[in-house]
Amino acid sequence: MSGSTVYVPADSSAVAVGADAVAEALGSLEDVTVVRTGSRGMLWLEPLVEVETPAGRVGYPNVTPGVVAGLVAEGLLSGVAVGASIGVVDEYPWLARQHRVSFARVGVIAPTDIAAYEEHGGWAGLRRALVMEPAEVVEELAASGLRGRGGAGFPTGIKWRTVLQTSADLKFVCCNLDEGDSGTFADRMLAEGDPFTLIEGMLVAAHAVGAREGYIYCRSEYPAAAATLRRAIDVAYAHGWLGDRIQGSDLSFDLFVRLGAGAYICGEETSMLESLEGRRGEVRAKPPIPAIEGLFGRPTVVNNVLTFAAVPMILADGGAAYAALGSGRSRGTQVFQLAGNVRQGGIVETDFGISLRDLVEDYGGGTVTGRPVRAVQVGGPLGAYLPATDLDVPMDYEALLEVGGMLGHGGVVVWDDTFDAARMARFAMEFCAKESCGKCTPCRIGSQRGVETIDRIIAGTERERNLLLLDDLCTTMTKGSLCAMGGLTPMPVQSAIRHFAEDFDRRTS
Amino acid sequence: MTHATSPSSGLDLRRSETVRRLAEQHATDRGALMVVLHAAVAELGHLERTDVETIADVLNLSVADVHGVVSFYKDFRTDPAPAHTVHLCRGEACQAVGAESVFAQARAQLAHRDDVEVDEVFCLGNCALGPSAMVDGRLHGRLSGERLLGLTEEWVR
Ligand SMILES: Cc1cc2nc3c(=O)[nH]c(=O)nc-3n(C[C@H](O)[C@H](O)[C@H](O)COP(=O)(O)O)c2cc1C
Ligand code: SF4
Ligand code: FES
Repeated sequence: MSGSTVYVPADSSAVAVGADAVAEALGSLEDVTVVRTGSRGMLWLEPLVEVETPAGRVGYPNVTPGVVAGLVAEGLLSGVAVGASIGVVDEYPWLARQHRVSFARVGVIAPTDIAAYEEHGGWAGLRRALVMEPAEVVEELAASGLRGRGGAGFPTGIKWRTVLQTSADLKFVCCNLDEGDSGTFADRMLAEGDPFTLIEGMLVAAHAVGAREGYIYCRSEYPAAAATLRRAIDVAYAHGWLGDRIQGSDLSFDLFVRLGAGAYICGEETSMLESLEGRRGEVRAKPPIPAIEGLFGRPTVVNNVLTFAAVPMILADGGAAYAALGSGRSRGTQVFQLAGNVRQGGIVETDFGISLRDLVEDYGGGTVTGRPVRAVQVGGPLGAYLPATDLDVPMDYEALLEVGGMLGHGGVVVWDDTFDAARMARFAMEFCAKESCGKCTPCRIGSQRGVETIDRIIAGTERERNLLLLDDLCTTMTKGSLCAMGGLTPMPVQSAIRHFAEDFDRRTS
Repeated sequence: MTHATSPSSGLDLRRSETVRRLAEQHATDRGALMVVLHAAVAELGHLERTDVETIADVLNLSVADVHGVVSFYKDFRTDPAPAHTVHLCRGEACQAVGAESVFAQARAQLAHRDDVEVDEVFCLGNCALGPSAMVDGRLHGRLSGERLLGLTEEWVR
């Protein structure tokens, strides 16, 4: 075959820094085929162009349309690495050190190329599941130790077992792609880069619990993810992987994408279900849990994108193989997202137990500003601010709890020494006030009072008294809120006070 | 084409026919309301009181229920959409790379333009390449104040 194949990510983050124009410039060259893929998750290198060579795919970082001609003159298409190349991408240490399970195909294949999906190991998990009894599939999940990746870390096997054992005329499988946490983007990248993995995970769930209809709730801030998923769903129908009697089996399953409408709280599962039903996204009191009374009152599996994305491998290789990875009660791999003031931001999928320091310093390469790390927020806007002295904490659910933090959806946001804890504590309260669903008073009113109280502390007005008041308010919110929005907002606030007390007392500075 | 007696009532009629068509198209979807509201905003830019009434009628819901949903979600705007929108990210990851100060100047300059609406958003999923903003529905990363203003300059010409 003559001609060269080059790969250019069509991932939103790559496109946000110019990947489309690069693809266009490369596409206008003679004898060049451009394949658009997801992103490898080495986001600081985007746009990262890869060229097919006999040695493997060779990468060129931070390409702009302006440098394409020069790179070609240097020998970009010659079949060997030249100039600014990072070499064979699969061997690039940052990537090679990771353990990519859920993200194995992201950035490698064209997202909706169903033949490529199969060539790269796709459908193996579902194929095995389809010859197993539903209860056996559930037990495989339980044996894997998989816990929900959306934030709460609830064991997936137990959730599925409950849905399987609840009889009803209709059951649903819903995927939570609301991904409202700032500092997180793995759900988006998986949906954009390898949508069939998500569909496969949902199909396994459908078979396991006896559901025949499913919904993916995608936040409206992610239009590209929704579009890719819709395309993938069409392709899957056309190839007999969705619809009636999938691949000749007894499983029938219809899948739909629904859009959120700009409300953070709709990531909370019961609020998401309300929204899917066409209502205000107000949180429901639990019980009943969605596994028993979920969408339209029917037993419903609700899982995060990354939870479903772990399922195909668990079925293909067995629950025991997944359970062999990780640390403590955190089994398998976790997809960490490195963001904020960090030199090498992106996706780090590794076994649980890696230290925060490894993530921030080794993978992250320190801050982009070159200043010392002062704080790291782990777990999204409701997660704790940890000081640099806590960097040795192993990243698993329990170890993070011990230092007063939480894993959440695996977001890691790095700050340098310009971090202002008082300002960010105020921001946490402001965010809660703006995004509260309004159903309960501690959250709706408490967060507003929180903003005002922190303002007084920052201004130095009756500082001691207001700090006490703030502490009291946090206790009320923690104890009295219906859901974790109001219940966890005190976590960033109180961790900021605990670890960075000096920022709340600026009288002398 | 015939002229309507009053141009505005002709528009109103066409508008209500459009909304009715969209609502009917999705009426049998489960939990159709969100789908219909998205479709109407995508086609008409915003929702008017009469649109809410039409949708309620087709979906067999009360006007109050539909209004309640419209008012809960940011995306369902009830005032006419401006020519251009700029959504600046205020999420923590973008703040960690100075988004607030990077955007402050641009925000001030754009405030004087009535063709542009500037709004805040909490995370666009581009947190490793901030500061981020959505400009007319397109995501941009690694923004500086100048680059952001540069993106909006084409509109003036
Ligand atoms: C305020 C709030 C926001 C949440 N946002 C999300 C979200 O964006 N995505 C998500 O998967 N889970 C989110 N969750 C967690 C969900 O309620 C639920 O636990 C999860 O979707 C269950 O799936 P999992 O077991 O696979 O994690 C949120 C919870 C709360 C309280
Ligand atoms: S804690 Fe906040 S978001 Fe959660 S139910 Fe109460 S008001 Fe709604
Ligand atoms: S915090 Fe700005 S894009 Fe995520």
